[in-house]
Amino acid sequence: MASLNEHIVSSYEDELTNLNKAISEMGGMVEQAITESAVALLKLDHKQAQDVRLFDKKIDEMQQRINDAAVSIIARRQPMAADLRMVVTSIQVANDLERTGDMAKQLAKRAMQIESLGLAPKFYNGVKHMKELVARQLKSAIDAYLNRDAAAAVEVCSRDDEVDAMYNSLFRELLTYMMEDPRNITQCTHLLFCTKSLERVGDHATNIAEAAYYLETGRHLGAEEQQRQPR
Amino acid sequence: MSLESAATLAAPVSRPNAPPKMTGENVGVFYGAKQALFDVNLKIEQFNVTSLIGPSGCGKSTFLRSLNRMNDTIDGCRVTGKINLDEDDIYDPSIDVVELRARVGMVFQKPNPFPKSIYENVAYGPKIHGIARNKADLDEIVHSSLRRAGLWNEVKDRLQEPGTGLSGGQQQRLCIARAIATKPEVLLMDEPCSALDPIATAVIEELIDELRENFTIVIVTHSMQQAARVSQKTAFFHLGKLIEEGKTEDIFTNPKNKQTQDYITGRIG
Repeated sequence: MASLNEHIVSSYEDELTNLNKAISEMGGMVEQAITESAVALLKLDHKQAQDVRLFDKKIDEMQQRINDAAVSIIARRQPMAADLRMVVTSIQVANDLERTGDMAKQLAKRAMQIESLGLAPKFYNGVKHMKELVARQLKSAIDAYLNRDAAAAVEVCSRDDEVDAMYNSLFRELLTYMMEDPRNITQCTHLLFCTKSLERVGDHATNIAEAAYYLETGRHLGAEEQQRQPR
Repeated sequence: MSLESAATLAAPVSRPNAPPKMTGENVGVFYGAKQALFDVNLKIEQFNVTSLIGPSGCGKSTFLRSLNRMNDTIDGCRVTGKINLDEDDIYDPSIDVVELRARVGMVFQKPNPFPKSIYENVAYGPKIHGIARNKADLDEIVHSSLRRAGLWNEVKDRLQEPGTGLSGGQQQRLCIARAIATKPEVLLMDEPCSALDPIATAVIEELIDELRENFTIVIVTHSMQQAARVSQKTAFFHLGKLIEEGKTEDIFTNPKNKQTQDYITGRIG
């Protein structure tokens, strides 16, 4: 659909623009949290881990702000059509971003727990790759939402299989280290939880991409829709 | 509320393949030389509420009025194209307009009860159309119409009092009772709530939902929330043309046409 004209009521237009900006800002905050938590984990940086944990409060506040703004728009403006989809999906996306922020906090906590144990490079190589893949998914999903790009959203969803496959292979890999030497069990178990958190981030990225698809097309992205879309 | 019942809340009552109750084909309306409506093709489904929306002067009321030939009363008004009620072409010379308006009733924007008693307001139509055979019959029609219009409990003890003494919301329900007393097949409503407060509006909306079990309803409304709440089908008019029509939930969440989108989101007046 061609881009829309401005609203007759300019303050309504401003409120929708601000809501979109808030999603953009929150998306940036969460991407940063994931990146920094991974650094904290891979470098076992205590200070960095602590920062991520504190930063999570700001992310939570941002979600509250977005929800309040969305509820207020629904109550006062009764948005319709594309506006309605934008307001409703902003609540969904803010929720997924907040959960993603929680995952970053989990990673930071694990970093603090394993810092005294040290981490051999062979353990964290796989985790590092998974973090990169998941961070890319998250960024693409947020961009698809902000750019109203349905095709990009479909791509994010179709790539979630890669995240799952990587999770499964990392699971097996970490298991072999544990069998190799029982002294690895503590670190590897922590890392196993980390990969699970990353896998969840991938799921939230998929949710955001689905919201992006719905926002742009008004249709839900089911299996049928995925096949209909040209890759 | 379960998910299932929420999803079926606004589901049409009629069978999916039932023929439309009314059909407009290439309908054009002229007021003198000025054309107010262009080539409108619209099907009105039986036992559904169809809402007509659009900015002032878009032709929605003109279309509504052409469905029971209310436009005939306006000098210089001319209707082209074809409008069918079931199989009957309502503009065919053989059609009795008085009988047509008994089959296709109308409720107006401003409640307009006759300056008569509540009873007489409702009894008037059945009397002139010869629907009631005797007094007992007429009583029954008046009572059941008032009951269906949700007014019975409020007026049962004062049926002989003037209809004009009722509140605005009650007057409008009296007009609805009057309209359904002749047992119409289709009920046309031209902004029936625009003169009412939110509570009276809610009562009328509830009533519309109940009435569609027995009547086919077409409503013109300026309130998009109202159209979204009460109707199963919505048609958007702009500058005398039918721009888009479809299932109400599609029109309000995902309209296909940009003009529709601009109008319902408040981007054009």
